[in-house]
Amino acid sequence: MFSKTLEFVVGLFVLLGLAAIAILAIQVGNATLGQTDSYDITANFENIGGLNVRAPVSIGGVRIGRVTAIDLDTELFSARVTMAIEAAYDELPMDTSAAILTSGLLGAQFIGLYPGGDFEYLAAGDEIELTQSTIQLENLIGRFMFSGPESESE
Amino acid sequence: MIRSIINLGARTIGMIRWAGEGALFLLPSFFGMLAVLRRPRLIAQQLYSVGVLSMVIIVIAGFFVGMVLGLQGYIQLSAYKAESALGLGVALTLSRELGPVVTALLFAGRAGSALTAEIGLMRATEQLAAMEMMAVNPFERVIAPRYWAGIIAMPLLAAMFTLVGIYGCWLVGVVQFGIDHGIFWSTMEAGVDFREDIFNGIVKSVIFGAVVTGIALFEGYFARPTSEGVSRATTRTVVNSSLSILALDYLLTSLMFAGPG
Repeated sequence: MFSKTLEFVVGLFVLLGLAAIAILAIQVGNATLGQTDSYDITANFENIGGLNVRAPVSIGGVRIGRVTAIDLDTELFSARVTMAIEAAYDELPMDTSAAILTSGLLGAQFIGLYPGGDFEYLAAGDEIELTQSTIQLENLIGRFMFSGPESESE
Repeated sequence: MIRSIINLGARTIGMIRWAGEGALFLLPSFFGMLAVLRRPRLIAQQLYSVGVLSMVIIVIAGFFVGMVLGLQGYIQLSAYKAESALGLGVALTLSRELGPVVTALLFAGRAGSALTAEIGLMRATEQLAAMEMMAVNPFERVIAPRYWAGIIAMPLLAAMFTLVGIYGCWLVGVVQFGIDHGIFWSTMEAGVDFREDIFNGIVKSVIFGAVVTGIALFEGYFARPTSEGVSRATTRTVVNSSLSILALDYLLTSLMFAGPG
């Protein structure tokens, strides 16, 4: 009965391989089975710096969504960022504000939301009115370098 | 002058002949691959010799590659106090590049050369001709099951390689150097994307499997039926498939991961 043991070993091999793929997917890749429900909101920023599509959107450091699209608003000439917020977080107050933050000094950029106190909630397609652009390191350094002597002369 | 023209002509005819042989080989193997699906036991047999027997070398190699990556990565990253990125860096390296590529190189050496030698010898001892005499299509009976086995085995082996490599890195980073266990896994989870990194790695390994097995079977089938011819064909299999893997890997990487975001 050589062929039975052979089939058993081959079956074991295939199982091990598939298990390896599954572990990679779940533990390492953090694959979500099926799409999680989400709704889209937008926000206009004057400057988004190095923000990328798929960057996280978080409140107080907890990730609640992702940036899904970045395009130029041709009327205001500002950057319009669309983000998908997980449906579980559907009670964001209307006067929530958004800022582009950096994790660490030179790390990746993400959007931080600061909930307000309104009793109306943001719904799909709504826009966040209060936004704060990125802090640009170059501008900060420039202002710091050239503002010193002027303020002394005043 | 005339001699060089003759040379050029001979070369051109040789190339056309080579392309024709390739087409004559590919077409019946393709039909054979469809036909052999009705007899999965043949594929299982080949899966044993191509996959199961390659498993040990792949797992051991993966473990050591992961440990070396962990060690080197830790030394470099700790200079910037960024040891926490070790797990992420190694997981990305393995799942995107080293997993499929090193597995394919080992696979070419371990399984590809064996396939070429086996088929080359079958030809040299006229077993293939004997099969045709018995109205058994050698493409269906010999070539196609091995092709399927190579294509199925490669992604499974590459996934094992990647997983074992990550655990090898874990052993060095977490157990030996004391990186926090939670940080090691959570940065990996946050940074590795299933669709982008792991799935693309699997696609790569399927393509490599098809290329390596294809080259091995082609070289074996057209090997000169002498002991020297078989030995040359085996060498050509390993050299050609290794080079094609590395060149193809650059191509696939630039297609899959090109551009930021």
